[in-house]
Amino acid sequence: MRYENPTTIENAVDLLARSDGPAYVLAGGTDLLVRMKGDDFDAELVVDIKSIAGMDQIVETAEGFTIGAAVPCAALGEHGALVAAWPGVVEAANLIGSTQVQSRCTISGNLCNASPAADSVPAMVAANARARIVGPGGARMIDVADVPTAPGKTSLARDEIIEAISLPKPDARSGDAYLRFTPRTEMDIAVVGAAVNLTLDDEGIVQTARVVLGAVAPSVVVVDAAAAALVGNKLNDATLKAVEAACTAASNPIDDKRGTVEFRNQVAGVLGRRAAEIAYGRAGGTQ
Amino acid sequence: MTSISVSTTINGDDVEFLCNVDETLLDVLRNRLGLMGAKEGCGTGDCGACSTIMDGRVVCSCLVLGAETQGREVETIEGMSDGRELHPLQVKFIEHAALQCGICTPGFLMAAKALLAAHPDPSEEEIRFWLAGNLCRCTGYDKIVRAVQDAAAEMRGANA
Amino acid sequence: MTFDPSYKEQALKSVGTRVLRPDGVDKVTGRARYGADFNMPGQLVARVLRSPHAHARIIRLDTSQAEALKGVKAVVTAADLPDLTDGDTALFAILDNSMARSKAKYDGHAVAAVAAINASVARAAMKLIEVEYEVLPHVVDVDAAVAPDAPLLDDTIFTTGVDPAPTKPSNVANRSEFGHGDVDAGFAKSDVIIERTYKTEQTHQGYIEPHACVANCNADGTADLWVCTQGHFVYRQVCADLLGLDVSKLRVTSSEIGGGFGGKTHVWAEPVALALSRKAGRPVKLVMTREEVFRASGPTSATSIDVKLGATMDGTITSALATLRYTSGPYADAWAETGAMTSFACYDLENVKAIGYEVVVNRPKVAAYRAPSAPMAAFAVESAIDELADAIDMNSVELRIKNAAQEGTRSSYGPVYGPIGIGPTLDAAKAHPHMSAPLGKNQGRGMACGFWFNFGGQTCSDLNIGADGTVTIAVGTVDVGGSRASLSLIAAEELGIPYEHVKAIVADTSSLGYNDMTDGSRGTFSSSMATISAARNAIKTLRERAAMMWEIPVEDVNWEEGFAKAAGPKHGNRAPLSIKDIAAEAGNTGGPIAGHSELVADGAGVSFGTHICDVEVDPETGSTRVIRYTVIQDAGKAVHPAYVEGQYQGGAVQGIGWALNEEYVYGEDGRLQNPGFLDYRIPVCSDLPMIDTQILEIPNPNHPYGVRGVGETSIVPPLAAVANAVSDAMNVRMTHIPVSPPRILAALNAQAKE
Repeated sequence: MRYENPTTIENAVDLLARSDGPAYVLAGGTDLLVRMKGDDFDAELVVDIKSIAGMDQIVETAEGFTIGAAVPCAALGEHGALVAAWPGVVEAANLIGSTQVQSRCTISGNLCNASPAADSVPAMVAANARARIVGPGGARMIDVADVPTAPGKTSLARDEIIEAISLPKPDARSGDAYLRFTPRTEMDIAVVGAAVNLTLDDEGIVQTARVVLGAVAPSVVVVDAAAAALVGNKLNDATLKAVEAACTAASNPIDDKRGTVEFRNQVAGVLGRRAAEIAYGRAGGTQ
Repeated sequence: MTSISVSTTINGDDVEFLCNVDETLLDVLRNRLGLMGAKEGCGTGDCGACSTIMDGRVVCSCLVLGAETQGREVETIEGMSDGRELHPLQVKFIEHAALQCGICTPGFLMAAKALLAAHPDPSEEEIRFWLAGNLCRCTGYDKIVRAVQDAAAEMRGANA
Repeated sequence: MTFDPSYKEQALKSVGTRVLRPDGVDKVTGRARYGADFNMPGQLVARVLRSPHAHARIIRLDTSQAEALKGVKAVVTAADLPDLTDGDTALFAILDNSMARSKAKYDGHAVAAVAAINASVARAAMKLIEVEYEVLPHVVDVDAAVAPDAPLLDDTIFTTGVDPAPTKPSNVANRSEFGHGDVDAGFAKSDVIIERTYKTEQTHQGYIEPHACVANCNADGTADLWVCTQGHFVYRQVCADLLGLDVSKLRVTSSEIGGGFGGKTHVWAEPVALALSRKAGRPVKLVMTREEVFRASGPTSATSIDVKLGATMDGTITSALATLRYTSGPYADAWAETGAMTSFACYDLENVKAIGYEVVVNRPKVAAYRAPSAPMAAFAVESAIDELADAIDMNSVELRIKNAAQEGTRSSYGPVYGPIGIGPTLDAAKAHPHMSAPLGKNQGRGMACGFWFNFGGQTCSDLNIGADGTVTIAVGTVDVGGSRASLSLIAAEELGIPYEHVKAIVADTSSLGYNDMTDGSRGTFSSSMATISAARNAIKTLRERAAMMWEIPVEDVNWEEGFAKAAGPKHGNRAPLSIKDIAAEAGNTGGPIAGHSELVADGAGVSFGTHICDVEVDPETGSTRVIRYTVIQDAGKAVHPAYVEGQYQGGAVQGIGWALNEEYVYGEDGRLQNPGFLDYRIPVCSDLPMIDTQILEIPNPNHPYGVRGVGETSIVPPLAAVANAVSDAMNVRMTHIPVSPPRILAALNAQAKE
């Protein structure tokens, strides 16, 4: 096994392209190192991307925010402008693991690990985040939603790396929120996750909405029916009931050690509804 | 497997070591450098017993490769006291009986030190959430939280 | 000199103070050495290969490729640990558990082990060991295992304790029964009967330090073992027996121990490490991974318990019956029996019966876990008591007070109680402000009582007085939670010297006589008894030396507050001699001054506690938070109150974890699904409130200072206290521990449908 620590992304991509065995990108390492402990782990190459210039930066532009692939989640919570713009994304990122894990883990890594239960992914998808992916042929932008394809699988080629995640500048009257259910208050994996991002008009009527569930299907579920229930309405009891019902209906989980189908379906509705209430409040809406 | 040569700073001292790719910072500290204060409770970042501070952030040293520490600054429990002078957190942990078996104590002290550096006057809730990555099975956490509160007060000069 | 252990009321100077612990600095500086913190020259690294099957016959085991790998120094299988147990089934179970013989009996059962020059080679060697299994039907659930068509684990197990003896083998290893009176007659007299079945899931002690040891077998037949254990003398005996070593030639040193809670009273992989070292001719370090700890060491029993209570409308419990089924892993043991003994121990009952069934299943060999077997029985009984209180419309504290055992009560398991603390803890609970504090929306309050026997046992200690009059004590009970501090306080108290002048250490097995292990809350109780006895023996010598120095009869020398004083007017106004004065002259008065003690510490006082718990439940998700918790327990005498509080708090939180989220989850294939701290959810700091404690002191008549064990009782009430609180908050009875969010939500949904 080799460890490489390139200083340019081109070099990193080249290393991946040339490796003749299993190769892994190392950012925060909070998932990769756990896998490395396994007796069956096998790798020819580990490429640490933290020495690449700019990878550890959060850049605010006129269009929004660019979050380098090596930015630890703790740094997201320390970035005032980002917290103000995308509180839901940041709170999702800051729910991953513990303080120690926060010091290391990244939202790009959370995305590429492609766990159905990833906390930051539903929030990013709700926020219309995009990933800048660099490969031998150059860079391309894709929706974050298109990165994970199945548990543990992504759409990236073996010689492609996420360079950064981009979040748009939010509209003036908008808000996002992420809630997850875990049995413990911290140090846990989402049994259900729900993210909502919406914008309002001056009357408090929802103009656009994205409702996204995590941990209830092989990949995140964008619940269009819940969004449709929100758009054109204020957040009243009927709207909330419709959001809840749509989320429960869209939930398609399995029974596993973390929860039952019945439990996840029900809680998906509850969290979808509660996240909508928080997002609505953050957007300036009053119920 | 080829060894990697690493130059880093540990507890303020320049340190050089060789390690394999799959060796973690915890492996290096314990097996190559003789710094056994960091404990391996799980090896997967779930218990915090191996907590150290790297470039000012508290990390699980089982989730850091030894190779990654090149050019960084690492603080371990062995560097917490100033010679014979214990750090206020160390004093308060003993005074408050905040340890029983003590296996989690070095990790708690590292995490608490990072907490007080970031939040000198933390609420009980902030303490509890910051320390949620450190498992203790003996104390029920009560006396740990009190020890951190008391140390924070002392470090702020509020106990005078 | 005969040692008189009886309680005498006296003013105490050292005992009862909150001194700084002697091992504190080592533990806050990272210098304390635990199981994995020791190394030897030329040491090898061991790894254990474990069965991936819950139940499988080992058809073929080929280690030749692993042995041929460069850097591998030894590979062992069951053939390297031949059966020397001579019909001792308990010892055989330890042997078979350490290395499977013909069958792997649970997911994680060891089948082979390697020792190599480093971890990478050891890992590579493990992959080269070929094992061919014939997978057999398995059973992990306690109720499924007793069903008539259940897969049979062991065709040599025939249920004992039944008459006539069965002719067919069974997964029920043992039936036990306790009680007195006539339960049928008692139920006939009752106005109300509560009858329920309860279940609890299997939990792990969850000590943060994995099992670790360094074994060194020398060519001359001597051996050393450095190990984290709660009982190094017991480990020495078991390992010597299993390896055919002379007990005196195996020296076991107990490291600092990173938590045990009963799980480190049992021998696990230590014989394997010794066998590897014997075969390789080099020291071997064996450290379990966290996954191995969960899969192959120490869980407690999963249980299924039926309880039937009858009472008259005035709150008198006229009859109590429990049938308790406990898993023991694949080997027969006595966990159900212990559960049956504890189930009704809090109450004064005219008619009571508890029947225990020990059930073997394809899960890891069950280990002691803090008041082993009692929490599950208490969950069932204390839940039923709560329901009974509702049924007769009586306050649940009052109901418990009305039926509480007291001095002179014949206990449900046989003995007649001396002075005990159940009544006082209940009175204190009734009077506690927590009991009457207002509750908010979705909040509920529960309470429960708990009992534990406490043990005494064989104990031995040495007390040596240095030339400067300072004192060392060497004890043989491992310090799991501050006993070196409490024993130093005791020695200081007896001798009349400052605590700071005493240093306590835990001696290795070659330096001290045999000691039972630190279990049964016996550490401070039994070793303090031996320490007091040793101190009194030393005082006798000190008086003799003072008499020599003064040239007066020893009968005229008294020992008062650290000084020899000449009694009576005939010896004039001699200045008292301090311990330092006498020690300084020891070379001229007969040599070093010491006190020794070997005894069986009888009379460990039984222990009772009452807990009060408030929870808040989210009715839409089933999420439960403990928002207030109070522990009230009798300590007899709290030697070091801060560490007594620590025992109360720690046990309560382990119980809260058990009640809310902790459980072994098995797949259909019989494999453990959650062998890690991420999915085996012990409570984290942010899950909890402060844990209030109230120490009651009802002296144990069989200890000079009235000390009772305090370590275990605190884990007994929480399962029921939490479940009762959840039931109160949601108005739905929870009968299955843990009361995890999916179970609560399912119960609420079922109730809504009714």
